Amino acid sequence: MAEGFLENTIRCDACPVLCYIKRGQAGACDRYANLEGQLVRVDPHILLDRAKSQGTPLVPFLEREGEWDGTLAKSKDTFVTAIGAGTTYPDYKPAPFIVSSEVDGVDMVTVVTEGIFSYCGVKLKIDTDRYLGPERNLVHAQGEPVGHVTTAEYGSQMLSIGGVHHLTGGTKSEGRVTCETLLDLCNGKEVELTIDEGAAIRVAAGKPPVVNGEREERMRVGCGSATIGMFAKQWFGKVDDVVVVDDHITGVLSEHQAGKLLGVRETGIAIQGRRSTPGRYFQVANPGTAWGGTDLSDPLKILKPFKKKFAWPNLRLLMVSTTGEHFAYFELDDALQPVEKELPEALRQSVARIRENCEPAMATVLFMAGAGGSLRAGVTENPVKLTNSVKRALTRVTCGGAPAYIWPGGGITFMVDVLRMPENAFGYVPTPALVAPIEFALKKADYAALGGHVDYIRPLEEVLQAKQRQRQVASLAGNPWPLRPSQQESEK
Amino acid sequence: MMQSRAVVRLLPDERRLHLQDGPIDLIVEANGKPEALHAAYKAATHRFTTILDELCTELPLLRTAVSAGSAKPSGAVARKMFEAVFPYAPNNFITPMAAVAGAVAEAVLEAMASAAKLQRAYVNNGGDIALHLTGGESFRIGMVDRPDRPSLFGTTEISTGDPIRGVATSGWRGRSFSLGIADAVTVLADTAATADAAATIIANAIDLSGHPSIVRIRACDISPDSDLGERLVTRGVGELTAQEIARALDAGAAVGEELLQRGLIRAAALSLCNARRVVSPSIDSDRFIEPLRNAQHA
Repeated sequence: MAEGFLENTIRCDACPVLCYIKRGQAGACDRYANLEGQLVRVDPHILLDRAKSQGTPLVPFLEREGEWDGTLAKSKDTFVTAIGAGTTYPDYKPAPFIVSSEVDGVDMVTVVTEGIFSYCGVKLKIDTDRYLGPERNLVHAQGEPVGHVTTAEYGSQMLSIGGVHHLTGGTKSEGRVTCETLLDLCNGKEVELTIDEGAAIRVAAGKPPVVNGEREERMRVGCGSATIGMFAKQWFGKVDDVVVVDDHITGVLSEHQAGKLLGVRETGIAIQGRRSTPGRYFQVANPGTAWGGTDLSDPLKILKPFKKKFAWPNLRLLMVSTTGEHFAYFELDDALQPVEKELPEALRQSVARIRENCEPAMATVLFMAGAGGSLRAGVTENPVKLTNSVKRALTRVTCGGAPAYIWPGGGITFMVDVLRMPENAFGYVPTPALVAPIEFALKKADYAALGGHVDYIRPLEEVLQAKQRQRQVASLAGNPWPLRPSQQESEK
Repeated sequence: MMQSRAVVRLLPDERRLHLQDGPIDLIVEANGKPEALHAAYKAATHRFTTILDELCTELPLLRTAVSAGSAKPSGAVARKMFEAVFPYAPNNFITPMAAVAGAVAEAVLEAMASAAKLQRAYVNNGGDIALHLTGGESFRIGMVDRPDRPSLFGTTEISTGDPIRGVATSGWRGRSFSLGIADAVTVLADTAATADAAATIIANAIDLSGHPSIVRIRACDISPDSDLGERLVTRGVGELTAQEIARALDAGAAVGEELLQRGLIRAAALSLCNARRVVSPSIDSDRFIEPLRNAQHA
């Protein structure tokens, strides 16, 4: 990590150049700098441009390429984000940017700072029905524990990555790898994770997850039982029985309520596993990454012999997984043994229908952190008033211009979808902790009332004229404009 | 670790490749058949991921001034740097680092060109550019003298028939320190590494020693491990008279002419306080074209 050398000099270990960086200076890369003795990542200060908010985000490299068209930011439609704004660390002084601008006749103040978060992590939602590992088991990156498996949700598995205990509560190496993993996930890069007694996965925000080397294409349409309910009518008359194989609940048409209502005849089918209610079975096999999230490569393994009393030769049976990815068609021979046959055209359509009703699978990354005691001091002399103002929705919190969800209860604990933030919005300090942008927007009068650093307010035009490197990016389509007062938002 | 450090990504235009590792930041683009592009970008990425580590193993040597009897570095990129600066060693203070950007650009371009058949390609390392040209292809290069206010002060076109495969710009406003006061010196040369070294030498020569309105600071006071050590580098240029500007540009142009005669460069464009000077063979006198809107900075 950064070590002391001369007075006021630190050594950066972000890359093998190992620059000595003096206080207030940047390293050879212009990406890391010595801020008050701390190694921080610096990026050009990002301004969100409302005019460009339709379509794909722009990421100009104007500093290096000279391809900039020369336009200056128009103040009215520009929001100063905290990305690259710098931090208040160690939090005793006012935030680097306290910017005023007029929005619909109301004087608004935006307090912009890059927060250094030790209390932070990522909630990772992975769309898959494949078994990733037992709940509560550790998740590893580069051999270090960085998180754990939490609940399974409908069609998805949740992981918790990071958190203060992994960042600062374990070994130095655990903290460093956790920080790197969080940084990569938040900046949209792919990360490789392994789960104790479970799968190896590769995930990146907004991209399909890769489980044990296989790219997950689609989410399941529903559990096996729900699939029977959805498709029973389409199968009726075209096949005698259907088994929808699913690690959670395997469904059987002839026994299921949906089949009964249609008058599907009893077929004498018998399923391995624990029967829950008629036509619904738990634990037909072990969890895995094959048929319907089980370990089955041969679906017939879950069938016991057909009951002679009910079954008949030539009985038609479809077996299909909840994504339509796996399917097989059988007919019973004279000894009532299933024999695989080619899938009839009429059933092929229903399998295709299951597949097209499955949404694209992806990994979602929500950054979650707490804006703690000291960060708030950069906004106001009386930090608790900021918390109260946020709670009363007088102050809007955004991260790089993206809307943040604020948890009810004490403190300012927020979550934000990293895909709604500009590219590479996150940085880190070797503490280790993540550096994330956070902006507080509120009416000027409210800001004064909560003890804000009103003496430090600078007009937006002045910030835009600053000599420091700035770059404009488009506000992402779908994000509400950060400066709209929330009351107006709800009237819409 | 090494894999996770480098940034490799396609820019949003889905044509250009962005490679970044530590202080190295490359924009790469190639034209050719899709399979060729794929192979070329793959080769560029492969070559790129080890370059910084290769250079850092010899960093102390690369930061040492080159003289006639200097030990040669061993890495391929480090060799290019050494050879590019060696011609200047007898009369100037210069370290191989003066050619690092051009040499890296060249190495990545070579990897691409040998992996696939490309119509044309470039590797732009923060303004130091290596070019690959075939058939009737050409590149139009725009020149910027004020990175803080990017606008073109001139353009030049380079075609397959020209011997030029390298473009580099040096000046005190750029990323690296300069001993001189030039806003920008853009050099066209046979390779990117030689262009890089020559731009540094010419930019250093554009100077007014002892002038009171020039702010100079010891390089080591800004960056303790700079190869320039205690040498004074330019951090600000105040008001200069027209005569002073002309005198400084004359000094730079004289060095440029000398390099042109020695065959080290093909052409150079010098810029200081909105005044320009061009160094080029008389046969090639319209090498640089100034845009009409040039008067805007006056």
